[in-house]
Amino acid sequence: MPDTRATPHIDMLRSPLGRARGLGSARAGSKHWWAQRLTSIALVPLTLWFIWSMLRLAGASQADVADWLSSPVRLALLLALIAATFHHLQLGLQVVIEDYVPQEGVKLAAVLAVKGLCVLLALVCAMSALALGLNT
Amino acid sequence: MRDVREALMVARDSDGKLVRRPLSPHVQVYRWPLSMALSITHRVTGVGLGIGTLLMTAWLLTAATSEAGFERFQYFLGSAVGLFLLFCWTLALVFHLMTGLRHLWMDTGHGYDEKQYHNSGIAVLAGTAALTVLIWVAGLMIW
Repeated sequence: MPDTRATPHIDMLRSPLGRARGLGSARAGSKHWWAQRLTSIALVPLTLWFIWSMLRLAGASQADVADWLSSPVRLALLLALIAATFHHLQLGLQVVIEDYVPQEGVKLAAVLAVKGLCVLLALVCAMSALALGLNT
Repeated sequence: MRDVREALMVARDSDGKLVRRPLSPHVQVYRWPLSMALSITHRVTGVGLGIGTLLMTAWLLTAATSEAGFERFQYFLGSAVGLFLLFCWTLALVFHLMTGLRHLWMDTGHGYDEKQYHNSGIAVLAGTAALTVLIWVAGLMIW
């Protein structure tokens, strides 16, 4: 195979349209970008509330946690935090993987694995919170 | 098969001679301004916080499933290793929150003036240090 670095030459005939096809926007980028911004805005108050709550629960027993989550408002806030956190996380990790993994197959597998794992972790967190909060 | 993007790398210069298009210098070449360091750290802390969600998951899961398991997990969080993990987690969370707020503000078209750009970076660092210390002083007093 000739080295185009040594002597630049054209060995691929592509029309300008053919060159551009498949390289541009898939028109789905703004949706991803906007979802990342929306979840980040939601996470500002939710995170501050979460830090405040975790401070109050420092060294708590299981009964304390169950008692804390027996309030429907706290349970709802925690579920909102879980949903926003894991949605924001999978959007962010997707971009990181897409930026640093060049092989298409590995990239796709990694993105799908991350998304699946985020959904599972979110469900485990949500079910645990519901089990704790609704039992008392 | 060769990557079709290779076709974009060959072009003609103003004399009509075929040339290979230059690539921009890579990241090591540049002197790192504060905003560049903050931007990549925002990303690194984001990935770190993703790993950190395992802590939250374990905390909720053990609380929901077994009293003894939860006691053990709380004991682990109170150990030197646990406190260190929680401190890193707090620092990463507060930093990501602060840089995130800065990015949201810049998304509205503000803060691109060179001076503002630098000063908002300093504000992020100061805010991160202050809030992290505040959280840990309060946390250790309550605990």
